[in-house]
Amino acid sequence: MIHALLLLLACQLAGETVSRALNLPLPGPVLGMLLMLGILVTVPKAADLMRPVAGFILANLSLLFVPAGVGVVAYLGVLHQDGLAILLAVALSTVTAIIVGALAFTAVARMTGNRE
Amino acid sequence: MTEIWSYLTQGPLLWLTLTLAAFAVADAISRAAGRSPLANPVMLSVVILGSLLWASGTPYPIYFEGAQFVHFLLGPATVALALPIRDNLHHVGRAALPLAAALIAGSATAAGTAVGIGWALGLDGQILASLAPKSATAPVAIGISETIGGLPTLTAVLVLLTGMIGAITVTPMMNRLGTTDWRARGFAVGVAAHGIGTARAFQVNPVAGAFAGLGMGLNAIATAFIAPWALGLFE
Repeated sequence: MIHALLLLLACQLAGETVSRALNLPLPGPVLGMLLMLGILVTVPKAADLMRPVAGFILANLSLLFVPAGVGVVAYLGVLHQDGLAILLAVALSTVTAIIVGALAFTAVARMTGNRE
Repeated sequence: MTEIWSYLTQGPLLWLTLTLAAFAVADAISRAAGRSPLANPVMLSVVILGSLLWASGTPYPIYFEGAQFVHFLLGPATVALALPIRDNLHHVGRAALPLAAALIAGSATAAGTAVGIGWALGLDGQILASLAPKSATAPVAIGISETIGGLPTLTAVLVLLTGMIGAITVTPMMNRLGTTDWRARGFAVGVAAHGIGTARAFQVNPVAGAFAGLGMGLNAIATAFIAPWALGLFE
């Protein structure tokens, strides 16, 4: 448990450090994820170590978005003025992106004879 | 009573506890509703906590002092996504071409249409820059928004809104489209609606969840390049 947490935080810390030091456009946690992926692929034992902790965090992923989401109360003024335009832009683009992404996947999968 | 209240509002304990409590209630409602996409636990929690803040006259920064401990876990959670990606790496090798096509098409559509529609509706440049990275996962989108001249905190809210809309619409939309490939369904929602879409995908199907996690991870990288490009189209 402690080792798994340590590995998780160490990857994030390494990611943050490299991202800042090299001024990369990639945020630290994403670099940390790539580093963790490298470790999991090269050291199969690490996957067994990480499974309980990673499983617990990912099973409760929705909870982690709540504090930022409550931030909407701080933006009621902006949202009152431009709310409809912002809502339309977010909603239409999200729905379109899901449809385009799924269609692109299935179209290319069919062209290349790739099945689930 | 007021003495106890002013003591509690000075520490992080009260709002941290209430954040977990609100989520527990929201999750119970979501379960009772048969995991209906309309009873999204994040949205319900935000409504509950927003009402509590409003009713008690508590400013958001005071709330965040407690809630930051939950918020902090977004970083480790991003790192933890490496595990489901690793477990599904064998799918990735076989589906490299469809994945690349869906990533580029989905990511460019997400950023391009958000900025384009916002521009057409007369939103100003700072709000457009806050909109551009909204499909990437929160810590990534906030970083990109800062770099391209947006408002990071507004981006955080837009990221949330994007995730909730994606999580609510994806299942009925994919059923209507007749898309039965769990890989396509999961990957598309991960690219367009990051962690909240991924959380939804895990509720529906494990393969969809893993592909959503992969889509979210890859789009975190892609958005760093695509968001400035999309913004440039309309400036």
